Amino acid sequence: MSILIDENSKIIVQGFTGKIGSFHAQEMIDYGSNVVGGVTPGKGGSIHLGLPVFNTVKDAVKETDAEASILFVPPSYAADSAMEAADAGIKVCVAITDGIPSHDMIKVKRYMRRYAKSEKMTMIGPNCAGIISPGKSMLGIMPGHIYKKGNVGIVGRSGTLGYEAASQMKELDIGVSTSVGIGGDPINGSSFRDVLARFEEDPDTDIILMIGEIGGPQEVDAGKFAKENMKKPVVAYIAGLTAPKGRVMGHAGAIVSAYGESAVEKVELLKESGVTISKNPSVIGDTIKSVLKG
Amino acid sequence: MDIHEYQAKKILSDFGIGIPRGGIAYSPENAEYKAKEIGGSRWVVKAQVHSGARGKAGGIIVCNDALEVARAADKLLGKKLVTNQTGPSGKIINRVYIEEASDIERELYLGLVFDRGSECIMVVASTEGGMSVEEISNKKPETIIRSKIEAAVGIQEFQAREIAFNLGVETGLISRTAEVIEGCYRAFSDLDATMVEVNPLVITKDKHVLALDCKMSFDNNALFRRNDVAELRDKSQENPSEVYASDRGLNYVGLEGNIGNIINGAGLAMASMDMIKSAGGEPANFLDIGGGATPEKIVKAFKLVSSDEKVKVILVNIFAGINRCDWVAEGIVQALQTIKIDMPLVIRLAGTNVERGNKILKESGIDYIEAHSLKEAATKAVEALKKIEEK
Repeated sequence: MSILIDENSKIIVQGFTGKIGSFHAQEMIDYGSNVVGGVTPGKGGSIHLGLPVFNTVKDAVKETDAEASILFVPPSYAADSAMEAADAGIKVCVAITDGIPSHDMIKVKRYMRRYAKSEKMTMIGPNCAGIISPGKSMLGIMPGHIYKKGNVGIVGRSGTLGYEAASQMKELDIGVSTSVGIGGDPINGSSFRDVLARFEEDPDTDIILMIGEIGGPQEVDAGKFAKENMKKPVVAYIAGLTAPKGRVMGHAGAIVSAYGESAVEKVELLKESGVTISKNPSVIGDTIKSVLKG
Repeated sequence: MDIHEYQAKKILSDFGIGIPRGGIAYSPENAEYKAKEIGGSRWVVKAQVHSGARGKAGGIIVCNDALEVARAADKLLGKKLVTNQTGPSGKIINRVYIEEASDIERELYLGLVFDRGSECIMVVASTEGGMSVEEISNKKPETIIRSKIEAAVGIQEFQAREIAFNLGVETGLISRTAEVIEGCYRAFSDLDATMVEVNPLVITKDKHVLALDCKMSFDNNALFRRNDVAELRDKSQENPSEVYASDRGLNYVGLEGNIGNIINGAGLAMASMDMIKSAGGEPANFLDIGGGATPEKIVKAFKLVSSDEKVKVILVNIFAGINRCDWVAEGIVQALQTIKIDMPLVIRLAGTNVERGNKILKESGIDYIEAHSLKEAATKAVEALKKIEEK
């Protein structure tokens, strides 16, 4: 098992025929993901990368039974595409797009409240690297080969820092059940806590690595959730110890604006929740190894 | 993106919120003329810089005649105002705002922000206007009123009214105060703001509800659809290196240390800075050149980082995924052919085709220090710095 996606997940690509969409769709296909088609409004009926293109997500779902989608849609249209996916019955949608206005994300999240829990789409991102269940499926833009199949669940905000962690783990022969990038934006589809809850339920995940950063309440909330509801150990690294207050550090959400949002405070609060902290980014792999031996 | 007080007040006024009579001035003569035009007998001359806490820093001067207004403007214009928010280099005062002085009866605090926990817009108010919201939450947390607004339906009259009653506003001014709160909400929501702060919101002795000071910030990601907001940007208030960077698609934040950084990805950039600190050094900047790390971006990044006079060593840390290390290495070699770097350069490549990448760097003959892990890169950068300092 794994969470969110596996080898059976049928995937469509929204923004399929664009340059970036095409490139990453091909990478996913090469990895072995079950990509069944794509959506580009106005290009329905054509064939791209040997797969059918549809005008609407509803058409795509009807014809292919797709249940997962990935968005490579420009920021000004991305919120609309996410809502279209939710309405068409897509179950997992990864938004890669960086630069979606916060007001639009609030709208998306409000829109999704119309669906009953069983019908509701899980949105991952935006501004993220996506999801990979190594050896099974990749719904993202990561370099698939750096992830070894195994029993550690990864959830993080950053792309390249997540790769750093995965490659440290691979060198120590530690594998990954699923890695989920929830993205660097202030308002995102799924929180650390949402993903932790899924890993707790996954029989193939024994331990979870959470890669957080400055800004927002999500890491600390996730720590509290872990303390109260989880049996599996959680290891965390929080980036941004040297980040100044009140400045945006690349990710729109990486800004310290309230108590509990700096790296030092997050680390303290996570420790109180029993989370094992990787004290710097070079020992993430080693920290997981020591907890696994535990 | 931040804007000036006078710009924020103009926006508030457009949304039906009362502001004191005022005008902008670019010279002492201009200021004196404006004061006479506004009329009255007391004015406030306010430095227009992107910072709060201007009063404590001497950026706000109360004047009792028009000549004093001219003198105050002369004192402020062209100077740099250093507040506890601007950093030691301060921010240039290119214009002053002349405003009629108000006879204040009560000072309130009103702010609107995104609440990331509830993913709603949150109205925060307090009876303790004039203090910063941090001060209020430290010293008088019991005075803070919070009200969550559901973005899909917007603020409701009863919510605004409740806030006004909770602030202890006198009955006759409740609807006027509620209108101010609703107006701020509309400005926030219509213009893709991320923060609207009216501090203080005052009730004057003659029973007017006025926004005496206002700060607004906007979502950079939404500027594509807000031309009228985008044109309020004042680059003179931003760090020149940061403007250079943002104009070239790089994410840069200048810091106080002396080890320059070139990294791909925001998370990895923060982590590399932390690693430098942990190795005993201080980062000179945050710089995310993006996932792509194209040769063009690497050239721009080298120019940007080496232009910072504090920088003594440069650390490059690229995790190449889809864009392979050999390709990134070629980009670095190309970059170093167009720009000369006179300081130690530590390069750490990781990810796809890392051996080929390192081979290309080695064979190119460029002068650099090779590192294989994050820790080794940071340690070698700090060692290189120590060697320079020993000399």
